[in-house]
Amino acid sequence: MSVLVDEDTRVVVQGITGGEGKFHTEQMLEYGTNVVAGAVPGRGGQEVAGVPVFDTVQGAAREADANAAVVFVPPAFAGDACFEALDAKGIDLVVAITEGIPTQDMARVYRKLQETDTHLVGPNCPGVITPGVAKLGILPGNIFSEGNVGLVSRSGTLTYQVVDNLTNRGIGQSTAIGIGGDPIIGTDFIGALEQFEADPDTHAVVMCGEIGGEDEEEAARYIGEHMDTPVAGFIAGRTAPPGKRMGHAGAIVSGSGTGTAQSKITALEDNGVPVGDTPEEVADHVEDLL
Amino acid sequence: MRLHEYQAKQVFADAGIPTPASQLAETVDEAVDAAEEIGYPVAIKAQVHVGGRGKAGGIKLVESKEEAREAAEDIIGMDLKGYHVSKVLVEEAVDFVNELYVGVTMDRGEGRPVAMVSTKGGVNIEEVAEEDPDAIAREHIDPAFGMHPFQARKVVYEAGVDREVANDVASVLTTLYQLWDDRDGADTEINPLMITSDDEVIAADAVMNIDGDALFRQPEIAEMGEEAAEGDELEQKADEYGFDYVRLDGNVGIIGNGAGLVMTTLDLVDYYGGEPANFLDVGGGAKADRIANALDMVFSDDNVDSVVFNIFGGITRGDEVANGINQALEQFDEIPKPVTVRLAGTNAEEGMEILNEDLVTVEHTLEDAVQRAVEYAKEVEA
Repeated sequence: MSVLVDEDTRVVVQGITGGEGKFHTEQMLEYGTNVVAGAVPGRGGQEVAGVPVFDTVQGAAREADANAAVVFVPPAFAGDACFEALDAKGIDLVVAITEGIPTQDMARVYRKLQETDTHLVGPNCPGVITPGVAKLGILPGNIFSEGNVGLVSRSGTLTYQVVDNLTNRGIGQSTAIGIGGDPIIGTDFIGALEQFEADPDTHAVVMCGEIGGEDEEEAARYIGEHMDTPVAGFIAGRTAPPGKRMGHAGAIVSGSGTGTAQSKITALEDNGVPVGDTPEEVADHVEDLL
Repeated sequence: MRLHEYQAKQVFADAGIPTPASQLAETVDEAVDAAEEIGYPVAIKAQVHVGGRGKAGGIKLVESKEEAREAAEDIIGMDLKGYHVSKVLVEEAVDFVNELYVGVTMDRGEGRPVAMVSTKGGVNIEEVAEEDPDAIAREHIDPAFGMHPFQARKVVYEAGVDREVANDVASVLTTLYQLWDDRDGADTEINPLMITSDDEVIAADAVMNIDGDALFRQPEIAEMGEEAAEGDELEQKADEYGFDYVRLDGNVGIIGNGAGLVMTTLDLVDYYGGEPANFLDVGGGAKADRIANALDMVFSDDNVDSVVFNIFGGITRGDEVANGINQALEQFDEIPKPVTVRLAGTNAEEGMEILNEDLVTVEHTLEDAVQRAVEYAKEVEA
């Protein structure tokens, strides 16, 4: 078992004819992902990496039975691409990899999302992987291993670091979800934690947060009130100065002191979540929890 | 990206929001001439992105030509919390009876914009929000509809704005929302929005932060942004190279890929007793040239005594990184600062074979690499 992505996931790649789209389609196929279609307006009837391309996502869903979309479309058009995927009948998961989508475009996508039952992961995220089964996105498959630890993170490479620490100890993962570092995202920590809580094969969860916003604090309260599955945490950005954006658009401590690492760490610890000072310590905590 | 006050005021004025008479000046003489033309009293205001400009001596109210000259001499060229003042706005001083706050921002928790009005304007609104949250009326806007006229009225009345000026304030708020929406605003605000004894409404300050990711469709704003660019030489260099870079006070230079991992590397430097000198994210898929540029950036920071590279390759390849590091270092007769490298992920093994170990120290875990870099920094300090 796993969450969001399993053997039945049939992927359409939006932007499959672009450099990134093509490269990562090949990587996804090599990992064993069932990529059944691409979608690029005006390119219907072509093939990329042996995958048939359709003009629309709806066409890909109808003709190739795609049920999940991965967005590799450039930022200026990615908001519209997300809309198209959310609108398509039969698509119930959208993973948006694109970095740099204007925030107001995402606010409109987010508004549309509230009207659907579709899951959106991202944007500006590495994607979702169920080790040994499929990956949707750009995560390097070789560092993951099959197992029972769920992972949710705002940062791509930090996810890889923590997974590496886990895999090196023989601790495998059920599913890893990169939710993305933007101010407005689809699935947030709580959305991912709900999925893991409902999955009998996820025995523990690692949650990697970072400075900015209040999502980690809210997730901490959710864990305290609603979760039986144990969670270990990590928060990046303890040394970040207020008012400076640390790479991710969302990673900024405001002048009035909200969004600090300390407030997040305290919230997690108050709700029974052990927080590691280093990625290695996170792996220690996970070992204790299992 | 944040506009200067004078630029934001121009945008507001062009949209029909009343602003005080003002002129931009870059020299003392220009400032004095402007003051004479506008008529006293005038305010002379430093044009830098610093909170609490007034308290720090960056805003002065003057009543005469002599005072104007004295104030302009003090402010132009001054160092305001680390920022060099090269421009001042000379502005008619408005005689007000009330100061309001009016703003539109993105509420990231809700994923939609929120309009805010408060009768406690003229002071730091973040402090008001913390000490007396009820003093700020808020109205969330559905981005599919935009702001309905009733919403502008509602938030103004809820805030307790006087009935005599409520319509005018609502009209300012409506325009402000339109600007936020049309110009890809992150935050737009007026603090204070002054109310005069004649019930006139005037924007005495103007804040306009634009979403940097939307500049491709906001060419006018992008051009203003080039004028508004500030920061030290290194930060400007980082902009040229296209790096996410933040300069800090320590002496351990940090280069990595991915915001979360770079932040974690900073935190570990601190955890192991060192002090980070910077945040530098080379981004995904960096090639050798980009890696060499990153090293050049960090080397040119005089505060840096030791450098740590932490690359976890997903789309970034270890062999590319190693080639970049070799390229950058081979041009030196003597390596200016010790470099510690940790590579993991895609092609990390190949990368570690490529790295010239006469030039760099190679470590295999994040923790070891950071500790080594901190030790080197301490040796140089001692």
